Amino acid sequence: MPSNATIAATRFGYGFHPDQALASDVDGLLSELGSASPAIPDIGGPSMAKRAALYSQFIEARKARRKDISLTPVMQGFQRSVNRQFQADIAARISAPVLSDRGFFERLSWFWTDHFTTAARNLITKSFTPRLEGDAIRPHITGTFRDMLKAVVTHPAMIVYLGQHQSVGPTSRVGKRTGRGLNENLAREIIELHTIGVGGPYDQGDVRQFAELLTGMTVNRRTGSPQFKKQQAEPGAEKVLGTIYGDKSADFGDIVEALDDLALHPRTGRHIAIKLATHFISDTPSEGLITHIESAYNRTDGRLIAVYQALLEHPESWGSEPRKVKQPFDYLVSSIRAAGVGAAAVEPFLKPKGRLSAPRALRDLNQPMMQAPGPDGWPEEAERWITAQGLAARLQWATRLGRELEARADPRDFLSVALADRASPEVTFAATRAAEKWEGIALILASPEFNRR
Amino acid sequence: MAQTKRDFLKGALSIGCCAAASPLLTPVTVAATPGENRLVVIILRGAMDGLGVAAPYGDPDYAALRPKIGRDPEGGLIDMDGRFGMHPKLAPLAPLWQAGEVSFAHAVSTPYRDKRSHFDGQDILEAGTAGIASADNGWINRALSHMTGTSIDTAYSVGRENMLITTGPNPARSWAPGAKLPLGEDERALLQMIYAKDPLFAEAAAAAADLSLTSGKRKAQGAKEAEVLAKYAAERLNEQARIAAFSIGGWDTHVAQPAALNRPVIRLASAITTLKDKLGGNWSRTLVVAMTEFGRTARENGSKGTDHGTGGAALLAGGALRGGRIYADWPGLGQNDLYKGRDLTPTEDVRHYPAWALHTMFGIEKSAIVRDVFPGLSMGANRRFIA
Repeated sequence: MPSNATIAATRFGYGFHPDQALASDVDGLLSELGSASPAIPDIGGPSMAKRAALYSQFIEARKARRKDISLTPVMQGFQRSVNRQFQADIAARISAPVLSDRGFFERLSWFWTDHFTTAARNLITKSFTPRLEGDAIRPHITGTFRDMLKAVVTHPAMIVYLGQHQSVGPTSRVGKRTGRGLNENLAREIIELHTIGVGGPYDQGDVRQFAELLTGMTVNRRTGSPQFKKQQAEPGAEKVLGTIYGDKSADFGDIVEALDDLALHPRTGRHIAIKLATHFISDTPSEGLITHIESAYNRTDGRLIAVYQALLEHPESWGSEPRKVKQPFDYLVSSIRAAGVGAAAVEPFLKPKGRLSAPRALRDLNQPMMQAPGPDGWPEEAERWITAQGLAARLQWATRLGRELEARADPRDFLSVALADRASPEVTFAATRAAEKWEGIALILASPEFNRR
Repeated sequence: MAQTKRDFLKGALSIGCCAAASPLLTPVTVAATPGENRLVVIILRGAMDGLGVAAPYGDPDYAALRPKIGRDPEGGLIDMDGRFGMHPKLAPLAPLWQAGEVSFAHAVSTPYRDKRSHFDGQDILEAGTAGIASADNGWINRALSHMTGTSIDTAYSVGRENMLITTGPNPARSWAPGAKLPLGEDERALLQMIYAKDPLFAEAAAAAADLSLTSGKRKAQGAKEAEVLAKYAAERLNEQARIAAFSIGGWDTHVAQPAALNRPVIRLASAITTLKDKLGGNWSRTLVVAMTEFGRTARENGSKGTDHGTGGAALLAGGALRGGRIYADWPGLGQNDLYKGRDLTPTEDVRHYPAWALHTMFGIEKSAIVRDVFPGLSMGANRRFIA
């Protein structure tokens, strides 16, 4: 039977690290989030303004190159800068949970970033996406869902990812002049994925009306700041889920009002409850757990500390049976932590290439950093990850890490750090009797005990 | 007492479960197959624009709906029958059209309506169901229950993603070209012991052990990826596999469609020509169905793209196809013809094509198809698209 300390570290954190003392119960986990804790370091690298400036330089260079082909290297130089920054962002994103002793905070940061998925698909999204977590998620993890929603939806990374900057009210001034029209993408995903969920009481008409309401909200690509352009906002009132927003003149305040209402919609509380329970506790969480979290959400108008507390205080959350499989990122991070890697030794794991490269391993594990397949983020189900090839890739990583560690780690010590009181007699035996040390370590990392939480 | 790893293994294997039943130690065996016909299903993720890939340039309303992004044969469209033209980047398929080995089913869709979500749309497409609520396993997997002579090697999903379409109660393979199991035989046996009480891990490891033997060439990315997937699928189909599925993404062309559509179309063309090339003589017994979650808006949008729609097209190919013609009950593109005034109206359930393929090529009873494989489908008239 795993102790509560083991459950706290694995189910709600990124696993044990030999040099860190971790939270071992509800109070400890919650205090990671409290104001008494030292500030959480930012992870997102240069500001949006700097990113936008670099991207604008690329655009200018591309324009200039159309007239003068000899400027190609200049344009490529900016391209390389964006790509290098993206690799640095990935490195920073991986090292944060490897080095942090506040695993629950880091897990929540990943959870919300996935809930509000943006993905790097081209140069501009590569440039903007990594800032979203630092700007819009982490500052609100202990605040309200409402504030997080507004911060995310107005963030340039989200606006560009879902094409909101290209959405124009058909009868707005710009729309009439250019014939440009709506892009429904952001409107649809806010309703379907971010708030009330796909099972919610809405139809295509609501999506369309909400898309009209959102027109005008865009990004200044030069400064990297959100912007409301009245001249491309659809005039007139819009009716979303039965509520009428705005009047003749388009106004950013109407959008904020609609986002507030969506955040406080009772179906949103349920949707968030299901997602949290599914991410942390079980692919098929019980109705009791869901409604417990849901009622905390609805009682407090989405005050997130109360929501996490509801998740943590429910007995099901401390059940001894591990009902979740670690996603590849969590698998990787927890293996590096178990290896005792600290700030001085983390570098080889963060490089884009190389034997120990975590970014490379994540591509093999089908979870490339910041490149989820769609706005619904990464799948939760164990069966989606523990496939023949998914497990083969985990084994490849396990053998690589095993070979790296064998000079300095004994499998028995590794076992007690990585699995603590979760080690079964089988894995203990296999690890200690393996012919070579690296095999023993690899077998521990391959075990269900290490992969489940 | 010194116990070696080998001694322990012997003990574990004889006590735990018998070695004969141990999948990790079982070599790939030659099994019976359900006949010689082959079906390849390509899932086109992101909602392919049927009106751009098989463009109805002969429809009197087409040009007005697509003033900036529409094409006609003078603009590079490859004419098929005087009414429809293929996207210019499908040029490698033009000879196959001439040979009757390519065609399109048009104005088709799944039963999914109105919410136009990629994820639900794809789940319904792969589940083969009428609604999202029952979409928890895939139609290829359920079809296996009604075929004779099947084995775990009959159905393959190819690629790193695990596809819903082959997921379900029947064993099916899922593998990416280039993946390997890094452990030797002794270590695999140790693994088997560790996994003995955990079926999910045990089965995945067993499959990985088998599949490592058939791993194929290195993985590839981008344009080459479709070719690598198709080649691996063909290799499996040339052995015991009879149904293979993989997916090609990149169809979500909200912006700058004329450029954005080129890449996925090139991938699709290359997948088809690779299948034909690598299947050799088996191509004559193969049907390829490439389908997408829904179509796109009939009208182009403000950013030279198209948004999520309803009716669309499916590409059919293969030596078993009676191709060189468009299969469609064409609804027209006039304002009153459009679904909800915005989308191509679907006049046929896209599931008809795989349904008739399963019936004709694998002998699955129609009653089983409409009850279990594609619940609620009405088979309708046989279009006799299989030669």
